[in-house]
Amino acid sequence: MGGIDPILLLASLMVASTPILLAALGELVVERAGVLNLGVEGMMITGAVCGFAATVLTGSPWLGFVAAALAGGVMALIFGVLTQYLLSNQVATGLALTLFGLGLSALIGQSYAGITIDRPPSLNLPLLRDIPWLGPIVFRHDVILYLSLAMVVAIWWFLTRSRGGLILRAVGENHDAAHALGYPVIAIRMAAITFGGAMAGTGGAYISIMRLRQWTEGMTSGAGWIALAIVVFASWRSGRVLLGAYLFGGVTVLQLNLQGAGFRIPAVLLSASPYLITIIVLVLMSLSRNARNATPGNLGATFHASN
Amino acid sequence: MAMIRLERRADPSNFWRYGAPLVAVLATIIAGGIMFALLGKNPVEAIRTIFWTPFTGRNAAYYLSQLPIKAAPLVLIATGLALGFRAGIWNIGAEGQYVIGALSGAAVALALYPMEGRWLFIICIAASLAGGMLWAMIPAVLKVRLGVSEILVSLMLVYVAENILASLAVGAMKNPEGYGFPGSRNLSQYPAVANLDIWSGTGIHWGVIAALLSVLAGQILLSRHILGFQIQVAGLAPRAARFAGVAPGRLVMVCMAASGALAGAAGWFELAGPSGIVSVDFNVGYGFTAIIVAFLGRLHPVGILLAGVLLAVTYVGGDVARSSLGLPAGSIQSFQGMLLFFLLALDVLTAYRIRIGRKARA
Amino acid sequence: MKRRSFLAGTAAAATAAAAGLPARAQADKIKAGFIYVGPITDMGYNYQHNVGREDAMAHFGDALETVYVENVPEGPDCERILTQLALDGCDIIFATSFGFMDPTINVAAKFPDVKFEHATGFKTADNVAIYNARFYEGRAVIGHLAGKLTKSNQIGYIVPVPIPEVIMGINAAFIAARKANPDVQFKIIWIYDWHNPQKEADAAKALVEQGCDVLMQHTDSNAPITLAEELGIHAFGQAADMSAYGPNACVTSIVDNWGPYYIERIGMMFDGSWATSDQWLGMPEGVIVVPEINANIDPELRAEADAIRDSIINREYHPFTGPLNKQDGTEFVAAGEVADDGTLLNMMFYVEGIDAELPS
Repeated sequence: MGGIDPILLLASLMVASTPILLAALGELVVERAGVLNLGVEGMMITGAVCGFAATVLTGSPWLGFVAAALAGGVMALIFGVLTQYLLSNQVATGLALTLFGLGLSALIGQSYAGITIDRPPSLNLPLLRDIPWLGPIVFRHDVILYLSLAMVVAIWWFLTRSRGGLILRAVGENHDAAHALGYPVIAIRMAAITFGGAMAGTGGAYISIMRLRQWTEGMTSGAGWIALAIVVFASWRSGRVLLGAYLFGGVTVLQLNLQGAGFRIPAVLLSASPYLITIIVLVLMSLSRNARNATPGNLGATFHASN
Repeated sequence: MAMIRLERRADPSNFWRYGAPLVAVLATIIAGGIMFALLGKNPVEAIRTIFWTPFTGRNAAYYLSQLPIKAAPLVLIATGLALGFRAGIWNIGAEGQYVIGALSGAAVALALYPMEGRWLFIICIAASLAGGMLWAMIPAVLKVRLGVSEILVSLMLVYVAENILASLAVGAMKNPEGYGFPGSRNLSQYPAVANLDIWSGTGIHWGVIAALLSVLAGQILLSRHILGFQIQVAGLAPRAARFAGVAPGRLVMVCMAASGALAGAAGWFELAGPSGIVSVDFNVGYGFTAIIVAFLGRLHPVGILLAGVLLAVTYVGGDVARSSLGLPAGSIQSFQGMLLFFLLALDVLTAYRIRIGRKARA
Repeated sequence: MKRRSFLAGTAAAATAAAAGLPARAQADKIKAGFIYVGPITDMGYNYQHNVGREDAMAHFGDALETVYVENVPEGPDCERILTQLALDGCDIIFATSFGFMDPTINVAAKFPDVKFEHATGFKTADNVAIYNARFYEGRAVIGHLAGKLTKSNQIGYIVPVPIPEVIMGINAAFIAARKANPDVQFKIIWIYDWHNPQKEADAAKALVEQGCDVLMQHTDSNAPITLAEELGIHAFGQAADMSAYGPNACVTSIVDNWGPYYIERIGMMFDGSWATSDQWLGMPEGVIVVPEINANIDPELRAEADAIRDSIINREYHPFTGPLNKQDGTEFVAAGEVADDGTLLNMMFYVEGIDAELPS
């Protein structure tokens, strides 16, 4: 391919995919607990602005990421209180959360437009960075990117190997049964929802602090919706979330690279392809006996213990 | 240990059914007022502008006429969605069906341009109904045949539809007399298919009539028709529904088809009237907002009508506040978000009562 | 000096009165409305229109009241917001984006006493004037700079949607760059969006990774400049002066400076001389400005660019001066001639030498 360097392409792809990877990992845990929060975009953009503002105010991007996680978590708590304690519909509440987040972030960001911050340093792991091929692709990134990869493993471990994960999945699969066994369904779901918000907030801040080093209204431009698609694409598995995020992020980066290299490409088909692929994956899953039960049994359902 | 908990009422409270929305609006006024005050604006003035300008003042006639224009697509879409929501069928891709419906109508209109005859408008409406319905049939068929989640498929199809819209706006549907700019011919200026005010200056176009008819039809369906009964049963007790002779697959198909068709028609009425042009910015989120409207209206056709009008007021009044008070766009969006939160939150009081005290020992 | 122009002004007014022209209403106070397609904090296109509004406010002081509405999508809500501004008593309304065209015409028909000004469109009426900027004039200056600055002979160009305004810009820049450096080639990426910082950053990165060492953009965000600064390459600002985002990288910018136009048109409202018009303004009128070239650029090159800029400002040089061929080799401007405005406004082709296909 004329002019396209696969090493640089893969390295860019990892950076471009990190925001959606973080947000999708968070939503994965939320959905595994049986909750569907469509407010990812709203939580991401709130994280993006709060993280950026905190970085400007404190001078520390790491405090910025902490602030973003907190902001995303607080947004998620609104959703959690409404859906878990006040039993509002999750789809409607999630959509309202996105609307609220877009508006609130624009308000908060008013005084931060037009400011740029320095790029936080990359780790540039010594020795490893010089490995041919692998070095430039994998070992010259920033700490948040590595954190996102670590979270893939941690969430995989938590969901499949830990007792806490087993309980969380039980709650998502059948909340009545979990309740009957004495597990605190609401508390577990609140924890998952808050974690999801913190991850979405961190993902948003990765865009404002790491990638663009500035705040612009609406800068997440739909990343939250892509994150939602990735969770489904991944059939609610951590490793596949990574694959999905890199694939979805990769489609955009590749599309732009092909254009630059002079290829004529059907832009629309390529932009729509992640969503079409997700539908195809859903269909394939439904055909396979093993995968059919991947969808958390109580996804989106309201729980109220009657006694 | 003292605690707050919810206790299901034996019967839904009629007081809170009507009282909760009022309390929610009051709460929003207080919370929103605080936000406007923090922004350095006069909160009373801001709230008054948002809620009262459409009804009072010298320009009230115009603003009043804008309420049906803003409410109609929301009500039309939400009425269709509510049928499915009641039966536990989750079409959340109305935005996509709205876009495809509009594009289907536009395809017919642009293909026949400049043919004359008002019957063309009818053909375009039929095309939009069919387009929206077919787009909704994709998740419906996948649900019925393969058990694939309709929530996820319908949502994914929104983005596919948006990409199709973007490509047609800069490509196949581009106005040949538009100097290469993206966007189609202005269909509201093509008399055969234009969806204009029926009575000039009232804001009542054919989409408004359709919305009112859908509310009426929804009301009759739910209260009088066997299908309405099946929908209610399926939502409340899915297992009992099977014994009552409800075919779940057929119900999914019917509910998805109805909601898709209405969303598609809403798209066409908007395109041929207020919007006029197939452009990348054509869809402004009515399909998503309608989901919220459906819940605000308690999935009840008349409630949806009221909820649609309430949201229309905040749109129209909010835009007035933006220009006359210099409020940033984000503050209006946040205000609407708060209103939705409070409405969704307080709905709980209809079916539950709050108990403060020790946990019951029973 | 001031006094002289004042006298000249009164003299002109006196002549007009003597010639028996209908006495036109002189206004003490004018209210002007502005609607913007995006947020005024975009630091690009919308930001600059708002700067123009502020320039007008500073110029007229208390006599001018302005209102604005930002973030108005080019869809169904635009007509209502325009009507609302007219009902609120605006005497003149500036609709600053192409997609506001039909709504502006519709609302203008309902408010014959209100004047409307629509940017970048092509429909006028008795009370609707149109205005546009010759963005391509700035492209000729930066094209020369880019052609001389590139060492890899690869210039990256990030563009929104294939419309004549954008294609004209690519062509003007390419013609200038080729003149400065016959080996230069453009790599072009369409992002199908006017303002999408993430995509613009990704596109910029892709271009650099493919060997481009100079970036140009017709999209509105400053993300490519920020990236260029980090990578130590050159780039050019779009719509606003973006040097703050790339103190070293930003060679110069093509600045939309609407202030002079807004002041002129609002001034006409005050003296009652407003009439519909169709103006396509550029560097000679000061509506397109190419600010001081970065001091880190070789002084000789700066002087060359300044000379090109001055020749355009003085109307000695037209960026589309023949002989010019289309990409397919057919001539569209003969030797010694310049392209007429009609050709430019319908430009849906690349010039000869660009190694890319125009998306259909």
